Amino acid sequence: MNILDIISDPNTRWILLGTMFLGLSSGVIGSFAYLRKQSLLGDTLAHAALPGICVAFILTGVKSTSFFLIGAALAGLVAVFLISVLTRYSKIKQDAALGIVLSSFFGFGIVMLTQIQQSEYGNQSGLDTFLFGQTASMVMSDVYMMMTVSFVLIFTCTLFFKEFKLLSFDPGFAKGMGLPVGILDYFIMMLIVAAVVIGIQAVGVVLMASLLITPAVSARYWTERLHVMVILSGIFGMLSGVSGTLISTSVNDLPTGPLIVLSATVWFFFSMLFAPKRGVLSSVWRRVSLKKNYSLEQDKRKGRHTS
Amino acid sequence: MEVALKVENLTIAYHKKPVVEEVSFEVPEGNLIGIIGPNGAGKSTLIKGILELIPKISGEITIKGSTYKSMRKSIGYVPQRESVDWDFPTNALDVVMMGRYGHLGWLKRPGKAERLKAMECLDKVGMVDYANRQISQLSGGQQQRIFLARALAQEADIYFMDEPFVGVDAATEKAIIQLLMELKEKGKTVLVVHHDLSTVKEYFDWTMLLNKKVMKIGPTEEVFIPEYLQETYGGRLAILSDTKSGLLLK
Repeated sequence: MNILDIISDPNTRWILLGTMFLGLSSGVIGSFAYLRKQSLLGDTLAHAALPGICVAFILTGVKSTSFFLIGAALAGLVAVFLISVLTRYSKIKQDAALGIVLSSFFGFGIVMLTQIQQSEYGNQSGLDTFLFGQTASMVMSDVYMMMTVSFVLIFTCTLFFKEFKLLSFDPGFAKGMGLPVGILDYFIMMLIVAAVVIGIQAVGVVLMASLLITPAVSARYWTERLHVMVILSGIFGMLSGVSGTLISTSVNDLPTGPLIVLSATVWFFFSMLFAPKRGVLSSVWRRVSLKKNYSLEQDKRKGRHTS
Repeated sequence: MEVALKVENLTIAYHKKPVVEEVSFEVPEGNLIGIIGPNGAGKSTLIKGILELIPKISGEITIKGSTYKSMRKSIGYVPQRESVDWDFPTNALDVVMMGRYGHLGWLKRPGKAERLKAMECLDKVGMVDYANRQISQLSGGQQQRIFLARALAQEADIYFMDEPFVGVDAATEKAIIQLLMELKEKGKTVLVVHHDLSTVKEYFDWTMLLNKKVMKIGPTEEVFIPEYLQETYGGRLAILSDTKSGLLLK
C-alpha cells in the first residue's frame, strides 16, 4: 500500500487524526513534566491506569471506553495521592515513592487482568489491548474524545503558560509570590493523567510515558526558549503519532503503539545528534575546532620564536 | 519608626524536632538586617517559614501591621541560587520578568511594560548586556545578580534574601551590598541570611543572632559583641576568634 491508499481509507484517516492529536497534546504537557523532573510521574500514572480500567470493567461488566477512562483517571488520582503521602510522611524520596506506586499498581492491574481474562466473558473484554494499545479498536467516538481532551490540554497550557513556567523553574519563588503551588501541582498531574488516559487505547499503559517524555527531551535540544520548546515538543509528538500510524498501516501486523514510540525515539536520536549547540555532533565539532585553532596559534607563536 | 515585620511565637519543625523555636521579634522599617548564626541554626528555615514556603507549627506574621497574606505583593524574595536548575530553557530577561508576575495576576501575559521594568532592574544590577543570554551560560555571580534583579522587579517594601553572597566574587558582593544599601536609603527593609562574620559590621545596621531561637536582635554595634557571639555559636567561635579575632570583634 502506498501512502495515498492509506490516507484515502476513511478508517485510517480517523486513526491518524487521533494519534496526531494524542502526540501533540502529550508533547505539550510532557514538556512541563520533563522540566519539573517528573518524567517518571507520567510513567507511574500510565501504569496506575491499568487497575483503574480493570476495576471499571469488573464494576460495570461492559467494555466501555468512557468507563475505562473514568477508572484510569480515578486510579491516577489515588496514585498521585499515595505518592504525596509517601514523600510527605516518610523519609522515602520521590523517585522511590514513584517506583513503589508504579510497580504495585501495575502488579495489581495484571492480577486483575488475568482474572478477568480467565472468567467466562473475559476474552471478549479486549482489556489486554490496553497494555500495548491497539488502534484498530478505536472508533469514531474515541477519536472525538481524543481531540476534545487534546484541545482542552493545549488550551489550558496556553492559558496558564506563565504560571506553569514559573512553577517549573522556581516553585519556591512562585509560592512566595502567593501562587497556590500545591493546587497547581495537582492540576498539572491531572493534565498528565488526561493525556495518559487518551493515549491508553492507542499506545497502551506500558509505553504511554514515552510519548510524554521523549518529544520533550528531543525538543529541548533545539531551543533555549520555553514556548519554542513546548511547541516543538508538540510537533515531535504529532510527527511520531503520524509516522507510527502510517508505518503500522503500510506493513501488515505491526502494532501501532510501539511504532509510535519508536518513531518518537528516532526523532530523539536525530535531535541528540544533529541539534545545533546542544547536539552531540555540534559539541564534538566545537571541541575539535577549538583544539585545532589553539594548536595552530601555538604553531604560529613557535614559528615566530624560531625565525 | 514603623515596624516593617513582626514575628510572634514562630515555631517550625521538619520531623518532630523544632528547627526554629518560639521565635519572636520586630524589625523597624528602613533597615538592612543580617541574620547570622551557626550551621543548622535555622536561618533559611526562618525566612522560609515567614514566607510560608514551609508549614509552621505556630506563629503569627504581620507586615506593617497587616496580615502576611494581604501584604504579599509588598514582599520580595531572593532564594538560594542552588534552589533552581539553571539549565532551564529561558534567558535572563525572562527570569527578571517573573518578578512582575505577582503584580500581573492570573492569565495576563507579560508585555512591554513588564519588559521595560525588567530591563530597568537588569540595569541596576549591571546585567543589561546579558538580557538575552541563556541562564545556564551565566556565571554564579551573574546568576545571583539576575535573582536580585528579579526581586527588584517585585517592587517590594520588604526583601528576604537567602545567602545572596554565596559563590559570588568580591566585586559582585560589593555591587550587591551597594544596591541593598540604596534600597535601605529608600526606606525599604532588607533581611539577609549571611555567613561571613568578618563583614557583618560593615554591611548591616541591624543584626539578628539566631540559633534555633533569636539570641539577640538589635543595632549591630549593640548585638555583634564577643559575649553574645559566644553565646550563639557556642564553643565553635573559639576557633574563629583565634584566627580572626582582630578583624572580627574589634
